[in-house]
Amino acid sequence: MPAHDVLIIGAGLAGQRAALAAAQEGASVAIMSKVHPVRSHSVAAAGGINAAISVDDDWRSHAYDTVKGSDFLGDQDAIEVMCSQAPAEVMHLEHIGVTFHRNEKGLMDLRAFGGASMKRTAYVADITGQAMLHVLYEQLMKHHETVARYEEWFTTSLLRDEHGRCCGAVAREVRSGRMEAFTAKNVILACGGAGQAYKPTTNGLIVTGDGIAMAYRAGAPLMDMEMVQYHPTCLVETGILITEGARGEGAHLLNSNGERFMEKSAPNKMELASRDVVSRAEQIEIDEGRGVGPDKAGIFLDVTVVPRKRTLEALREIVNLGRDFAGVDITREPIVIRPGQHYIMGGVKTDVDGRTSIDGLYAAGEVACVSVHGGNRLGANSLLDTLIFGRRAGEHAAARAASMGMPAPDANAQLREDGARLEAILSRDKDGGPAGPAHPARPRRVSEIKSELGETMNRHAAVFRDETGLQSALETIARLREEADKAWVDDRGTVFNQDVLGAVELGYMLDCAETTVVAAIERKESRGAQFRTDYPERNDEQWLKHIDITLGEDGGGPQVSYSPVTITQWQPEERKY
Amino acid sequence: MPEAHDRPPEKFTLKLRRYDPESGEAPYWEEHTVELAPHRSVLEAVLQAKDRFDGSIAIRCSCRQAICGSCGVRVNGEPALACHTHLDAAKAGARDGVIEIEPMGNMPVLKDLIVDMDAVHWKKIQRVTPWLLAKQPVPEREYIVSKESMVDVTQTMACIQCGACVSDCLAMEVDPGFIGPAALAKAYRFVGDPRDAEQFERLNDLAQDPQGLFDCTHCFKCVQACPKDVNPMGQIMRLRRIATSDHQIVDQNNGERHEAAFTRLIRDNGILWEAELLPRSYGGASWFGKFAPAAGKELLSSLPVAFYGLMRRKMTLAGILKPHKIPRQDLKAVQSIYERVESRPERYELNLYIAGEDE
Repeated sequence: MPAHDVLIIGAGLAGQRAALAAAQEGASVAIMSKVHPVRSHSVAAAGGINAAISVDDDWRSHAYDTVKGSDFLGDQDAIEVMCSQAPAEVMHLEHIGVTFHRNEKGLMDLRAFGGASMKRTAYVADITGQAMLHVLYEQLMKHHETVARYEEWFTTSLLRDEHGRCCGAVAREVRSGRMEAFTAKNVILACGGAGQAYKPTTNGLIVTGDGIAMAYRAGAPLMDMEMVQYHPTCLVETGILITEGARGEGAHLLNSNGERFMEKSAPNKMELASRDVVSRAEQIEIDEGRGVGPDKAGIFLDVTVVPRKRTLEALREIVNLGRDFAGVDITREPIVIRPGQHYIMGGVKTDVDGRTSIDGLYAAGEVACVSVHGGNRLGANSLLDTLIFGRRAGEHAAARAASMGMPAPDANAQLREDGARLEAILSRDKDGGPAGPAHPARPRRVSEIKSELGETMNRHAAVFRDETGLQSALETIARLREEADKAWVDDRGTVFNQDVLGAVELGYMLDCAETTVVAAIERKESRGAQFRTDYPERNDEQWLKHIDITLGEDGGGPQVSYSPVTITQWQPEERKY
Repeated sequence: MPEAHDRPPEKFTLKLRRYDPESGEAPYWEEHTVELAPHRSVLEAVLQAKDRFDGSIAIRCSCRQAICGSCGVRVNGEPALACHTHLDAAKAGARDGVIEIEPMGNMPVLKDLIVDMDAVHWKKIQRVTPWLLAKQPVPEREYIVSKESMVDVTQTMACIQCGACVSDCLAMEVDPGFIGPAALAKAYRFVGDPRDAEQFERLNDLAQDPQGLFDCTHCFKCVQACPKDVNPMGQIMRLRRIATSDHQIVDQNNGERHEAAFTRLIRDNGILWEAELLPRSYGGASWFGKFAPAAGKELLSSLPVAFYGLMRRKMTLAGILKPHKIPRQDLKAVQSIYERVESRPERYELNLYIAGEDE
């Protein structure tokens, strides 16, 4: 049974950064991922990473922008940590080889981004996430002797000892179906968000909330689950993301009257206001009949105002996306976009070192909620978040490992249990079949249940929410849960069985969706990304606090509690862009 | 909006290559008919078949937007990303309108459309020391490097490791040990990076490797396959130019000598003289090259080919031995091209990815 000081689950930016940091501190490290590390969804991040590296900049300005962007729900001590450590982290990335674009003087170039009071976003064309993820993977290949990689291993549960401390995980090798228990002194969850619970979403098919759900089921509290970010510029049909970097380079948003409508809600920052402000403004234009496109359900993003040469140099990827997925040459005509689910600010509650409430269990990246993003995340702060807190979690876990012995859990019972759970799915009514027109009473396939979940969340837990809609979503989720327990799978084999893993992922998505809706019902206020049409005002007196959700023991369901927001320098004020 | 995106859903027939390693059966074809708007992707079609008919269809996929590199397959026999291939184009290029989808080539098949990339693709990537060997001393802030250099290496940084180029590399099919297009493009990402300290070492290593830099047969398949305009073959050629012109690396595979012989013969004669090309590639660029022992050995071993060529009248003795030369006027014109190019202080590389298209 493999045993390591630090086991990292998830190999996106946060996971890979944690692995490198822990190995640097001398820990024995294993990193596990259900896909090859470079397929992690960090690869799709486009626009850039924020850091106050300019000599004219100050990290406190970055921190204030982040606090304001969070609609004052962000924990300011964590935000101070992130913003003050950003410049050093970005320089470190540059030194290991990230190909940051330069200005005329040969220094790192900085572009404008949403909610930022000055240009502080370092970038690699519009493939910043890809460049960073691949460079980190280059380092993992370099350090292959100190970081063991388990690529295409699907984690099924966390291991706990008799005191409840986390001491490893059970996982299935996707290629062979073999189950194995991994002992570890520390486990760092870095599995990302839960976007696939929504349809459409910008997120890849692998983003199914695995880490959030596993931590939740283990009893760790989740925080701010109601805060789900809708990105303003997604392609209408597919939900594919068009980077904020386009607006950073100067692109405009126009309604059917050709107006730059952002003037009404954000006269100062216009298209570069915070994402929740822009998404709401767009949705209002659409709902009030000033939308564009075949169903009048979109908004024009006009990149033609950016010089063509600059677009080809700094926004090449979205030129490709426009051409390949919407049939539009963005250098010649506007493209139709609309808000789409993109990111979850909420997640597993951690401190600034990535520690959860469970000893030995850490979380970093989108899976975690420190919280640095509060009610709304600024663009280009997620790449930063993953690296800062990935590194900190890796360092802290390595230090903890140095002062303790290797746990020796009796993993066999859990190995058998996880195996039996999968077996149970694999042996569901083999002689029957899935639901169809001729057999409406039969169980539906995983994909159909997932599709209904996604449409429900996009209808009732999206940009504008209300009590009735949210309650209806909760009922649907309960019904879908029952269906999911009996869902039909076609693949009964062991080699590369994506079907049975899809059934497990469906359970994770339902957990994430349920906690999101419960938290959204609880917060009777509008703040950041949560807008309740029945409670449209921000209410600091009663709601300047985090909503925590913990799984009740003995099947108790989601239990709501609160935790305070840490305020250091910046008192809450009216939020205007 | 162009027409394609307004058309309603149509029926498309897919022919999927299935393989179940646990069954003991050989791979087989399986047809499914799906219904989607014609501008949607082959990946969406496969997923619809998976969702509606058979959840055991195995394909790697995630982002759906040609950035994660998971869904490399062969569509109608050509390598592509499934998410990046439109159904109407795939149908138009298909035999009998049935879209054939099978796993990538040059790599072992694990199940259905899934191949073992570790065994081939990643092994070769690791061969080229794929991490920055930073110039010392490392500065406190960023390295000061030119704007152009970072835009230049962004092209190879944009490689998403999808394997499409490896899938159909013809040289690799014949010689599985060839380092290959993906790894060599990755090598350029470092050779072209002004912050890397070991440009010469990298180039020398790849040039001296008999299955390295000069093993590429210049066939363009990888250029055609790449969904991200990385232009792997173009990078291989750039690596060769930097190795030979900038570092004067003369490799043991006669790659440099071959290029030198080729260009010299054209300068001297205006046209390629094959009979001289062979000995000069092994013995050196001058007329005396044919007397070098290595050249003699090669000449001897190619006698059977020459013999058959003569017997079948594909060649004549006069055609082989008589010096090839073009008329004097024309030769002067050819040589003036050489003079113009070589009089430039710096080598000019036309790369539309960097230079952009015409306004």
